[in-house]
Amino acid sequence: MAATRTFRVLPGFGLSLGYTLAYLSLIVLIPLAAVFLKTASLGLAEFWDVVSAPRVVASYKLSFGASLLAAAINAVFGLMLAWALVRYSFPGKRIVDALIDLPFALPTAVAGIALTALYAKNGWLGQYLEPLGIKVAFGPPGVLVALVFIGLPFVVRTVQPVLEDLDLEPEEAAASLGAHRWQTFRLVVLPVLLPALLTGFALALARAVGEYGSVIFIAGNIPMVSEITPLLIITKLEQYDYTGATAIAVVMLLLSFILLAIINGLQAWTARRTGREA
Amino acid sequence: MAGAATAMHWAADHAGRFESNVATREPAWVRWLILAVSLTFFGVFLLLPLVAVFAEALRKGWTTYLTALAEPDALSAVRLTLITAAIAVPLNLVFGVAAAWAIAKFDFRGRHLLITLIDLPFSVSPVISGLIYVLLFGAGGWFGPWLAQHDIKIIFAVPGIVLATVFVTFPFVARELIPLMEAQGREEEEAALVLGASGWQTFWRVTLPNIKWGLLYGVILCNARAMGEFGAVSVVSGHVRGQTNTMPLHVEILYNEYNFAAAFAVASLLALLALATLIIKSWVESRAGQEQQQEGAS
Repeated sequence: MAATRTFRVLPGFGLSLGYTLAYLSLIVLIPLAAVFLKTASLGLAEFWDVVSAPRVVASYKLSFGASLLAAAINAVFGLMLAWALVRYSFPGKRIVDALIDLPFALPTAVAGIALTALYAKNGWLGQYLEPLGIKVAFGPPGVLVALVFIGLPFVVRTVQPVLEDLDLEPEEAAASLGAHRWQTFRLVVLPVLLPALLTGFALALARAVGEYGSVIFIAGNIPMVSEITPLLIITKLEQYDYTGATAIAVVMLLLSFILLAIINGLQAWTARRTGREA
Repeated sequence: MAGAATAMHWAADHAGRFESNVATREPAWVRWLILAVSLTFFGVFLLLPLVAVFAEALRKGWTTYLTALAEPDALSAVRLTLITAAIAVPLNLVFGVAAAWAIAKFDFRGRHLLITLIDLPFSVSPVISGLIYVLLFGAGGWFGPWLAQHDIKIIFAVPGIVLATVFVTFPFVARELIPLMEAQGREEEEAALVLGASGWQTFWRVTLPNIKWGLLYGVILCNARAMGEFGAVSVVSGHVRGQTNTMPLHVEILYNEYNFAAAFAVASLLALLALATLIIKSWVESRAGQEQQQEGAS
C-alpha cells in the first residue's frame, strides 16, 4: 500500500480523526478503563471471593439462563415473524413492521411497568395464568418475559433483510427437482439464513444479559431466586461497596466482550454466506 | 454491535411474488399457521404492553391523568429529560459526523478497530455505563476529592445524568453514517474540490444532502434513547424529586409509591414519544428508499 500512497484530496482528516479519538477517549475509553483499574486494586483472592459469592453466582445463572432462553424463543418466533413480513400479505402489515422496533424506542422502565401490570395477579394476562398455576410476575418467569420483549427486534431485523434479498431460483429449482416445501426450507433456505439467525440470537442474548430497566419491576428481585446481575451491582453501589460493584461489573464486561467478538465473527460469516456487506 | 438491528432499512413489499409462485408458496394451512402464531406472539409481547400503558394511564379518568402530568415534580422531570437530550444528542451528532468523515473518506490503519470501539457502549450494560462515571467522579472516585474541594457536583447531579446519557447514546449517529458514507464513496466530494469548492462548502452542499436521511434516522433513534434511558441514569442520578429525576426515573418513583395512575400517566408520555419515533423512522426509511429508487431509475 505504501507504494500507492497518494496525496489526500479531501480535507479535514486530521481534524475529524483527532476529534473522534479525543471524544471517544474521554467519554468511553478512559471511563471504561476505570473499571479495570479499580478492580486491579483488589487482590485476586478478594476479587474471586466477591464474584463467586453464592448470591452473585445465583444471579449469573438467572441472568445468563433467562437470556439464553429468551434469545432462543426470539430466534424461533422472530424467524416466523420475519418470514410472515417478507413472504405473506396481510392487513396491517406496515403497522406490524413498524411496531417491531417498539422495544428499541420504548423506554425500558415503561416496558417494565407495563409488563408487570399485564402479568400481575389481577392483570389482563395474569388473571388467566395464575388460576392455571402459572405465576409470571415477581419471579423468574417475569424476567424471561421482559427479556423476550426487549430481544425480539434483534432477530427480526437481522433475518428480514437477508430473507428479502434471497433469490427465488434456488427454491424453484428445488421444487422442480421434487423437493417438498419443508425440505426446500430446511436444505435450501435455512442454510442461507442461519448466520443471520445466529447473529440475531447473539445480539438478543448480549442485550438481555445486561438489561436492567424492563426486568427489575417484574422480577420481584428475590435474592438467590429472581435477582439479576445488574441489580446486584446497583445494590452494592447503594451500600457504597464500590469495589464489590466493580468486580461484578468486570465479570459482566468480559462476558460482553466475548459476546461482541462472537457477534463480529457471525456478522462476517453472514456477509460471506449472503454476499452482503455486514 | 447492535448496528445490524438499528441500520436504516427499506425494501419494497414483494410478498405477492412469493405467494403467486407455486414453487415458493407454502400450503395454505402452513401459511395460516405461521401467520396466526407469529402475529399472536407479536400481539402478546409487543402490542399488549403498549396498549396496557395507555389503559392503565386512563384507568382513573382524564382528570387524574391530567392532574398527574401537571404536578410540579412531573413537569420538572419533563424539563430535565428535555435538557439532557438537548445536550446529549447534538454532542453525539457532531461526533457521529466527524467519526464518519474520518472513517469513510480516508484510509488509515486501525479503521476497523475504531469502528468496534465506537460500538462499545452498545454492548455495555446500562448499569455499568452509570457505574464508570461514579468510579471517576463519585465521592470515592478518582476525581471525587478534587471535585468536592472545588464544590463541583457531577454524580447525583445533572452533569452526571448528561454524561451517562451521552455514553449510552454514543454510537447511534456514527453507526448510521459510517456505512452510508462508505457506500457513497469519495468521487462527488473530490469533484467539488477540484471545481474549486472549499472544504466546508463541499461538506454542506455535497456530503450533507447525500447523508441527510441517514443523519435524521440516527438522530431520532439517539433522541429516543436519550429521553428514555433508565439504568445508566438511575445509577448517577441520586433520585432527588424535582431536581435530578428524569421522566423514566419519575415513573419508577411513582410506581414504587404505588401511585400507579400517575406512574402510567408519565409513562404514557414516553410511550407517545416512542410511537412518534417509530412513525418518523418509517417515514424516513420510505423517503430514503424512494430516493434510492429514483436514482436507480434515472
